[in-house]
Amino acid sequence: MDTNNMHPIMKWVEYRLPVFSFLDHSLGTQYPTPKNLNYWWNFGSLLGLVLVIMIASGISLAMHYTAHIDFAFNSVERIMRDVNYGWLIRYIHMNGGSMFFIAVYIHIFRGLYFGSYQAPREILWMIGIFILLAMMATAFMGYVLPWGQMSFWGATVITNLFSAIPVVGDSIVTLLWGGFSVDNPTLNRFFALHYLFPFVIVGLVVLHIWALHIHGSNNPTGIDVKNKEQDTVGFHPYFSVKDLFGMGVFLMFFMFFVFFAPNFFGEVDNYIPADPMVTPTHIVPEWYFLPYYAILRAFTGDFLVYQVISLGGLLMDAKLAGVLAMFASILLLLFMPWLDGAKVRSCRFRPIMAMAFWVFFLDCLVLGYIGGKPAEGIYVTIGQFTTFYYFFHLLVLVPLISRLERPKPLPESINASVLKAAE
Amino acid sequence: MSDTATPEQSAEVDDKSKRDFLFISTAAVGAVGTAFAAWPFIDQMNPAADTLALSTTEVDLKPIEEGQSITVVWRGKPVFIRHRTAKEIEDSESVKTADLIDPETDADRVQKPEWLVMVGICTHLGCIPKGNKPGEKKGDFGGWFCPCHGSHYDVSGRIRKGPAPKNLPVPSYSFLSDTNIKIG
Repeated sequence: MDTNNMHPIMKWVEYRLPVFSFLDHSLGTQYPTPKNLNYWWNFGSLLGLVLVIMIASGISLAMHYTAHIDFAFNSVERIMRDVNYGWLIRYIHMNGGSMFFIAVYIHIFRGLYFGSYQAPREILWMIGIFILLAMMATAFMGYVLPWGQMSFWGATVITNLFSAIPVVGDSIVTLLWGGFSVDNPTLNRFFALHYLFPFVIVGLVVLHIWALHIHGSNNPTGIDVKNKEQDTVGFHPYFSVKDLFGMGVFLMFFMFFVFFAPNFFGEVDNYIPADPMVTPTHIVPEWYFLPYYAILRAFTGDFLVYQVISLGGLLMDAKLAGVLAMFASILLLLFMPWLDGAKVRSCRFRPIMAMAFWVFFLDCLVLGYIGGKPAEGIYVTIGQFTTFYYFFHLLVLVPLISRLERPKPLPESINASVLKAAE
Repeated sequence: MSDTATPEQSAEVDDKSKRDFLFISTAAVGAVGTAFAAWPFIDQMNPAADTLALSTTEVDLKPIEEGQSITVVWRGKPVFIRHRTAKEIEDSESVKTADLIDPETDADRVQKPEWLVMVGICTHLGCIPKGNKPGEKKGDFGGWFCPCHGSHYDVSGRIRKGPAPKNLPVPSYSFLSDTNIKIG
């Protein structure tokens, strides 16, 4: 950065804390960005925006919320009715959760399609998976806070997952609850942790961006930058402007739900105060957890995959198998850089892998659909098949296809691919 | 470098094993100390003394007619108390334990056969099974049915069908008199 043209005050600061050149190198003219990035690359900055919106709206809500089982539900209703703009802030926070997951799932599938997890971006990818896990924990605990029926029973079902752990399971559940059931101590600690976790996410995001900036963004061709002058442009103004445009479009989508369909993603039952003596007939998690919920429920005693992995029921019961499978469905993604053995990153040049990707994408959608249906009849069968396919894709198809498929010829450079597309 | 030892002198002193020992023992003591210091911050999450103090409930059984069930609250959880009919007792006792998912005889689950006392929480993922109120679905074995993931329990509260791994748990309780019990 040319310090000679700086305002004297900026120059004074820059000499003591080089914050301006730091920004210029990380988000400015000096951050080289592949010039062929398409709109799927907007979601990283969108996620940053949503995180800021969630923290800002969350802190505002915390100023009016009471974390006590006798007052929590009413304090949320008070926010909705009496607090100035409380309805707006709560609807932003509620729908912001869904927006966060929409954006993060697109961001992850983008990475899967264009091979963004491959060397040398493995750690970048793995930090991303940890961010997903932290987001899930935060969202789960946040959903408990309004203390409605779904809050209470969702918390009961999810904390009970840990009782599947042999020997120490029940002690862990008691430790999580701080009592003998989901009760006031549980609500209190969930509020404390729900407030803490977003800042853990901020820390992880800093690491994520740090790792990103070591080797720079992947791009739709998946080939490396060979000539900085020809292949890249400065992040600012080219991509800062494109990201701002994306934010405008995304905010319109977001605000449509906030203003016109604020309860679209929610469950009606959560407007009934929590009652520990009455279980709702149909417990469903929030939509973004449905695929995992389908995997959890797929494991029944007669599920063939369960029979195989538990050696006919000897090793573990179906409940533990379901819990392990649910966690494995996310943790397996950590190993994507090694499950995929291809030398070429982008599925643009791997037609068979691209096909497998879209089937996998569809499989995840079907899992989500099944997770929202009662566990009976044909839904059980479909759920078990799609659960099997989820793991089959990651553990069999990806390693095999990536090692056997002969990719299409790659363009000479990012610049050459851009020029060819312009012809 | 200290001014009392020249490089040649210090190179002759072989204290590598001593330094390794000091390094490892210091690290070990540090790790154990940290673990002890961490324990209060973990244990504070366990049930507090006042939570534990509320852990017994007394129930008067007199108003419960034969064939009727009630739900009482113990430790924030529902407890099912069923005054079983002679036929229900006979049905429960006649089941072969070999046919059960979680083998247990009916006699192991009751103190007096006409009174079945158990925690009404499905051992799968913690929902409350239906069947304690008249008119609710009782499942394929005439006891209780959990609507969340489809577990069927018999009139002894034993799991017979569905994803739950265990029978409905029997809490510790004692008869204070013929018609009074203390749970917990």
